Amino acid sequence: MTDFLLYALLAGLGVALVAGPLGCFVVWRRMAYFGDTLAHSALLGVSIGVLLNINLSITVAAIPLLMALGLVYLEQRGILSLDTLLGILSHSALATGLVLISLLPDVRVDLMSLLFGDLLSVTLNDLWVIYGVAGTVVALLLLLWKPLINITVHADLAAVEGVRVSAVRTALMLITALVIAIAMKIVGVLLITALLIIPAATARRISNTPEGMAVTASVIAMLTVVMGLGMSWYADTPAGPSVVVCAALLFMLSLLFRQKS
Amino acid sequence: MMNSPLITLDKVNKAYAERPVLQNISMQLMQGEITTLIGPNGAGKSTLVKLILGLIKPDSGSVTPAPQLNIGYMPQKISIDPSLPISTCRFLQLANTSHKECHKALEMVGISHLAKSPIQSLSGGELQRALLARAILRKPNFLVLDEPVQGVDVTGQNALYKMIGELSKSLNCGILMVSHDLHLVMSATDKVICLNQHICCQGHPEQVTQDPAYIDIFGQTTAIYAHQHDHQHSIHGEVLDDQGVHQHGEGCNHD
Repeated sequence: MTDFLLYALLAGLGVALVAGPLGCFVVWRRMAYFGDTLAHSALLGVSIGVLLNINLSITVAAIPLLMALGLVYLEQRGILSLDTLLGILSHSALATGLVLISLLPDVRVDLMSLLFGDLLSVTLNDLWVIYGVAGTVVALLLLLWKPLINITVHADLAAVEGVRVSAVRTALMLITALVIAIAMKIVGVLLITALLIIPAATARRISNTPEGMAVTASVIAMLTVVMGLGMSWYADTPAGPSVVVCAALLFMLSLLFRQKS
Repeated sequence: MMNSPLITLDKVNKAYAERPVLQNISMQLMQGEITTLIGPNGAGKSTLVKLILGLIKPDSGSVTPAPQLNIGYMPQKISIDPSLPISTCRFLQLANTSHKECHKALEMVGISHLAKSPIQSLSGGELQRALLARAILRKPNFLVLDEPVQGVDVTGQNALYKMIGELSKSLNCGILMVSHDLHLVMSATDKVICLNQHICCQGHPEQVTQDPAYIDIFGQTTAIYAHQHDHQHSIHGEVLDDQGVHQHGEGCNHD
């Protein structure tokens, strides 16, 4: 097997490993639009990174994180509903990112790879970053699992029982920003949310505990990466969209099962 | 222990966006006493509950909990996304307790048979019981119950109030209950606080219902109501016996 395919496979599996459990929280907490907004702002992260000559791995995580904190602030001010705020920020960030990239004079950025991923160009260096981040995310999820579930069920009740709700919430945002930063390479900013929520939604149909659903979502996400890469290899289709298509196919297949309670 | 204050509020003020919600609230919540907080919509009941729970801070004044205070909280409503697979027993265990303790608590509220059911599948009354079970899990000395009978039919409401009364005795804890309907809570409460951004009146339920400030807000329709209902009515309002047959009485001229 050629190196680039092996790297692509390993990178995809690393991202899928953490996309599963995080995707579950996105589904449970109804954060799909929120995830989309952060993903779109990652494109802004790329353009700002290129513009200011900062390491792109840092800016694609930092800009979504700043965006998340900004969202929390604006929501608490109560100026507009969260839905409208997300709509404004999501598309403004995407548009600003695209405009900034077009303004950069000397740099040629492959827009398609940013929007839809470029799995087949993963380098060994990328792999180190992906597994470093994925390891951190797994550690954070394990450490904060119980409080995360608790604030998902009822934030005030968790707070009365001694959970530091805002700290845990901020940690979840940090985790989301980190996963978006590494998932961008695989499926691009436009399809990240799909990689998060489709495996989780599929796993829901065959799980009856939160932990079971998280692990199942991970396994399903990994399976879709393998299937998507296979499809891309044999049918010469773009890798990122192929992964998402396979995820959607598995979801449709899961509809044949009766949902577990 | 019986009459030591669990929480003391002193001249508490709270405003949202410069609109005052609570003004000059001073009160004490005592161990072993059931206090009911009533007031119309927008009276600041929820805000006051959040202040007492320590979820928000007052703009001025002080909220002082006793050092031994351990709060059990029953939120007003809970909506858990159906995509989260979680059983009733697991829901209780989120309060950091053992499997055994959870079953004991579920037994106390009479729904131990639902331990394995998904929490989203519980009916209104069952869910309120599950929430009550979680509130008592950590052996609190103070229970805060926000509209504990919401979404429960009248028979179930009576049963729940009875259960709350019994729990307060067996746990020897203070209870703060929020309600917008004094009518039903009447017999189960020691003290009533009538709130409409400030404390309008407070005292024993019988006193409060006679208070002009109370009548001003709620009218006289919710006067003391205590009668033992041991029979059923037909759709015409006639009294039926236990076979569901109408008994002829005064004024009956029909067959």
